[in-house]
Amino acid sequence: MKRIILTISLITSLLFSAACVQKGGENGAANTGDTIKVGVFADLSGTTASFGQSTKNGIELAVEEINNAGGVLGKKIQLIVEDDQGRPEQAKTVVSKLINQDRVQAVLGEVASTNSLAAAPVAQEAKIPMITPSSTNPKVTQVGDYIFRVCFIDPFQGAVMAKYAANNLNAKTAAIFGDVQSDYSKGLSEVFKQEFAKLGGRIVSEQSYAQTDPDFKGQLTAIRATNPDVIYIPGYYGQVGIIAKQARELGMNMPLLGGDGWDSPDLWKLGGEALKNAYISNHYSADNPEPQIQNFVKAYQAKFGAKPDSLAALAYDSAKVLADSLKRAGSADPQKLRDAIAQTDNFDGITGKITINAERNAVKPAVVLELDPSKSGFNYKETIYPEGMTAPTDDTNTNANSPMNMNTNTMANGNMNSNMNSMVNSNSANSTNK
Amino acid sequence: MDTFVQQLINGLTIGSIYALIALGYTMVYGILRLINFAHGDVFMVGAYTGYMLAIHLGFESSPSIIGFAVVLFGSMIISAVIGMLIERFAYRPVRKYSRMTTLITAIGMSLFLEYTFVVIFSGTPRAFPQLLPNDNYTLFGNATINTSQLLIFVVSILLMLGLQYIIFKTKVGKAMRAVSFNLNSAKLMGVNTDFVIAFTFGLGSALAAAGGVLVAQYNPKIEPLMGLLIGLKAFVAAVLGGIGNIPGAVLGGLLIGAAETLVVGYGQYIGIPSTYRDAVAFAILILVLLIRPAGLLGSNVQEKV
Repeated sequence: MKRIILTISLITSLLFSAACVQKGGENGAANTGDTIKVGVFADLSGTTASFGQSTKNGIELAVEEINNAGGVLGKKIQLIVEDDQGRPEQAKTVVSKLINQDRVQAVLGEVASTNSLAAAPVAQEAKIPMITPSSTNPKVTQVGDYIFRVCFIDPFQGAVMAKYAANNLNAKTAAIFGDVQSDYSKGLSEVFKQEFAKLGGRIVSEQSYAQTDPDFKGQLTAIRATNPDVIYIPGYYGQVGIIAKQARELGMNMPLLGGDGWDSPDLWKLGGEALKNAYISNHYSADNPEPQIQNFVKAYQAKFGAKPDSLAALAYDSAKVLADSLKRAGSADPQKLRDAIAQTDNFDGITGKITINAERNAVKPAVVLELDPSKSGFNYKETIYPEGMTAPTDDTNTNANSPMNMNTNTMANGNMNSNMNSMVNSNSANSTNK
Repeated sequence: MDTFVQQLINGLTIGSIYALIALGYTMVYGILRLINFAHGDVFMVGAYTGYMLAIHLGFESSPSIIGFAVVLFGSMIISAVIGMLIERFAYRPVRKYSRMTTLITAIGMSLFLEYTFVVIFSGTPRAFPQLLPNDNYTLFGNATINTSQLLIFVVSILLMLGLQYIIFKTKVGKAMRAVSFNLNSAKLMGVNTDFVIAFTFGLGSALAAAGGVLVAQYNPKIEPLMGLLIGLKAFVAAVLGGIGNIPGAVLGGLLIGAAETLVVGYGQYIGIPSTYRDAVAFAILILVLLIRPAGLLGSNVQEKV
């Protein structure tokens, strides 16, 4: 008996030390001074691990390209990747580690707004620039002047779907089914509600779920009783697939609407056929024939054997924006780097032209995609632009003299509904940007 | 009316699962006076075992009743063995120390199982394959029930009847009741208590594993931490029914399931948002402990100090 226990404990301790050695090896290259260290924190083993993996892949691809082209400022970029397990407290811990122990020059991450919100104060305090590739909650960049993002924010995303529901799907009534634990979901729900009401629609039911709920039929049955034209489910793929399935089982066949949180290869495994007749707002479409996008899709597929989702594309852009800013800053000094990131103007990214505004958010268009279970992919429907930004060739709604007023002054003061009605201009599928 | 019936079906479905898991808690408690906190994780182990069986035996691609039966019973047997191993290597060595020691061991075991599975399978949710064609049946009006829900009812009821049979009609069942009554006296009467305890763990784990496979059919997303909350609620169900009491565990499970779903469905009309479903289970626990500490069907046994 004693011997068995001894053997087991020996094996476990060996395993652990092996794991430690491996980790040490990755990070151990240490302070040679000929690299620029960039920290990445992502969920690689938690409930949104597909987000983290895509993000890590996107950043790695970008850094590989940058380093192969000779790096920046004569130095190579060295990535230090940490797993935050999708937990806010862990996100905070690993970012502290990246900044204080690894002495990184900049931090890239997270996807989930809740995790970015937990980590951002650490970066702000240490005055290390942090770029989140895909956290869309407005509060993230409000943490301080060292926090940036390269994606659009929730008010825009929620408004896009409200507009699509009212105008394209002719919905008069909608139900909202949100994730109570996520800042992202709350943000989207709030804006969808306001915007949909403004467009003459009525919210007939508001339900919420927790990520740990063993089943969603209780809420769905309550929604069914109110018979809405569409259901807005601003959640993450892990729950959404099941929700779609259970909704269809209850005989609810109306369109389901969502956001970029649905975008994951795992969504199709969980939801399958139930995802027919569903639409999401997203950052880019991998089917866009533009050569720059197709080159990225090809390179990504060659390296990782999968089609890049929008989180991978945003992650790629975030690393490219960082490299571009390093070049313009002429040094890796955090203060200068921060200023350079803030001055990013019309950077030509995979997910559109990226301009960082005064609130340190990117102003760029969103696409509406239709889910297509038969190919486990999306069909492009429409590109919707924020006010002040127009489609490359569509001159009818030019508003160039009031650039980017979508989120410059209103959001930060908390009254984000003031300017919303005029916030979106749209372009239908057959026109340009495709 | 449709909506109410539908909510009741939803509630009883999830309640049956709570009941299956609660049985394991209550049996182990009845015999060892131990709250086996790792029990919820055995439920998760059952779901993963079923997943591995389904993938490796190729039932994933061809839904059939045989495939489902093989996965269900295979997972129950493997989990029963795992349950017995847990008892043998984690609980038996500390059984002679205070109850607190065993309780802490149980918590440790729970974390050990969870994070071992995170290491092996990563925390990413996996999609459990559909083992039976999932058809919808309309009861009346708008109320529907589907195959996996029916399956949960039927299999749970059969398993509970089976358990009742084992406990009251077989020799080992008699031994279990004897051990539950008084472990030391049973030992003196020649009952092999070590075997009975191991058997109880095996039985409870098999039921939890069945719950795991059934839930995975209904809500096909499995992840290493899935047993955490559902295990806690099953524990509440066991306490609600009277811990140590087998019909009580079933009653408790069904009540918690129904209460939870009704809160989700109707709570908003009386100002309780649907996210309070979890709070309700625990509020019920507190109320029961205040009003009827022995649980609904439990008998109040005076403990000698």
